[in-house]
Amino acid sequence: MSSDEHQEQEEKTTQTTEQQRTSDTENIQPDTEITEKGEEIKDDLDRLLDEIDEILEEDSEEFVENYIQRGGE
Amino acid sequence: MTFPSIIGTETEYGISIKNVKEQDPVGASLLVVNSYKDRDAERVVWDYDQETPMMDARGFITEGETSLLKEDDNSVINDILINGGRYYVDHAHPEYCTPECTTARDIVVYEKAGDLILDFSRLNAEATLPAEQEIIIYKNNTDYKGHSYGSHENYLFPREIEFQDLVDGLIPFFVTRQIIAGSGKVGSENNTDPADFQISQRADFFETEVGLSTMVARPIINTRDEPHANDQVYRRLHVIVGDSNMSEFSIYLKIGITSLVLRLIQKGVLKDQFKLIDPVSDMKKVSRDLTCRQKLNLNNGLQQSPIELQRSYLDLIHKFIPFDQLSETDQDILSKWDFTLRELELDPMRLDQHLDWVIKKRLLEAYTDRHGFDWKDSRVRMIDLQYHDLRPDKGLYLRLLKNGRIVTIVNREEVVEAITQPPTDTRAYFRGTCLRKFTQDIYSVSWNSMVFCIDDSALDKVFMDRPHFGSKALVGDLLNCDSARQLVEKIRLANDRLDQVGDLSPNEAGGIKDVV
Repeated sequence: MSSDEHQEQEEKTTQTTEQQRTSDTENIQPDTEITEKGEEIKDDLDRLLDEIDEILEEDSEEFVENYIQRGGE
Repeated sequence: MTFPSIIGTETEYGISIKNVKEQDPVGASLLVVNSYKDRDAERVVWDYDQETPMMDARGFITEGETSLLKEDDNSVINDILINGGRYYVDHAHPEYCTPECTTARDIVVYEKAGDLILDFSRLNAEATLPAEQEIIIYKNNTDYKGHSYGSHENYLFPREIEFQDLVDGLIPFFVTRQIIAGSGKVGSENNTDPADFQISQRADFFETEVGLSTMVARPIINTRDEPHANDQVYRRLHVIVGDSNMSEFSIYLKIGITSLVLRLIQKGVLKDQFKLIDPVSDMKKVSRDLTCRQKLNLNNGLQQSPIELQRSYLDLIHKFIPFDQLSETDQDILSKWDFTLRELELDPMRLDQHLDWVIKKRLLEAYTDRHGFDWKDSRVRMIDLQYHDLRPDKGLYLRLLKNGRIVTIVNREEVVEAITQPPTDTRAYFRGTCLRKFTQDIYSVSWNSMVFCIDDSALDKVFMDRPHFGSKALVGDLLNCDSARQLVEKIRLANDRLDQVGDLSPNEAGGIKDVV
């Protein structure tokens, strides 16, 4: 491979890597979007935390203490 | 030729019954397993003759008891499923084994089908109990008191590869794979260093680097050499170091990246270049490092973080496995592996919809923040446990999934279908289809054999020693018959074309072997 070809090859590789990075980093949004997304997650989580308070096994202390398994495998 | 990819997983579930005086996990497991029926027929027994669990990959047989059950006990303990999988009682746990699959994606489908089978069984079993008693099944790996139960992965591997190459190549990979595959755990066990929260459920239980045991002094590399296939050609890598995963993304990546690393080992390029000085304590160190950045000491004097080590494996795959040898699923796995490592580098909490340990950590932090609880509070431990609850209305992972807070890999329809349909591209197709069509004429089944007993006559044993045979493409025509008698006759007549229809033979030339 000549040095020109080699350089071309390297450029191609860099391009592909960058394209890949760009496509893979679509999830990284500008700050405002992150804040909005953060708020959304918080609302979701708040709703779930309300649910957890309702569905969590009662007497968790006793329940967790009594959860005893035999080793397996 | 690329070596065929054959993968399967085994999951032992935790089990508990609410409002009983005394817990009886063996009785509860028997009740649950026997409350499931995927066809209207008597049960077929499991053929233990084909099993060699004490064979060690290092070239010797360990003395030990192997279980031979009476026929009645056998069919109470075992159910062989029409999806090609196995459902049974192992010690004091219900256990589900997926059928043999060829891709990580199919493993997700069949593992999730297993979770549904367990939940159906639970509902049926509960209906037979007094109203106040509730059965709870957890897909996790510990009772948080030092008793662990397993989640095992199995990968078919060529016999000619040196076992030491597997050991050298896999230990650093497994020690660091937890950052992707961990299910998260509150607290620590087994006399290990304290932790509020750690990445893996199982890391505390690994005490040696290499060994045969799965129940005590657990090894990072398990040496069970039982391929359930032609042992001249294949070995089975029996991986016991992983956690059970709720998250589809975690299962998919765990299985997918391990399969790719095994291909790298087959190319002979890995050897011991990432050898860690102290892998056993590194297991626990990595599990406790929630940044995934703390450096581990390598034998060559270098230091690498878990993220960097995983990245090194990924880079080697890009370098040594040509693009045209990567399937679409392989490429997707590589892209998701790369994405996951970059997110972990930025901030692991960015993966709070992907990886079990991060999803759980996000949930626990939000809960402790809201109520001002500390990590030792029983409600915090309860959330940890309940994350793995398989009841759709109570399980916290399943609630998050329902609320659209979890990234998925497969869809519900294909999971439901996988409860009763075997994969079409392995011998599970032959097994599952025979069980669906001819159960009453099948006496016993193992992973690599099937015994037919037609009209109480002599038993005919069919061997299936090559797991990638027996697929729909190879045996679809053969199975197109109305009775088991016809099938057996067809196989007998097909002796001279067995190479076309699949390896349903004990050796390259044979056909059905009469065992009685």
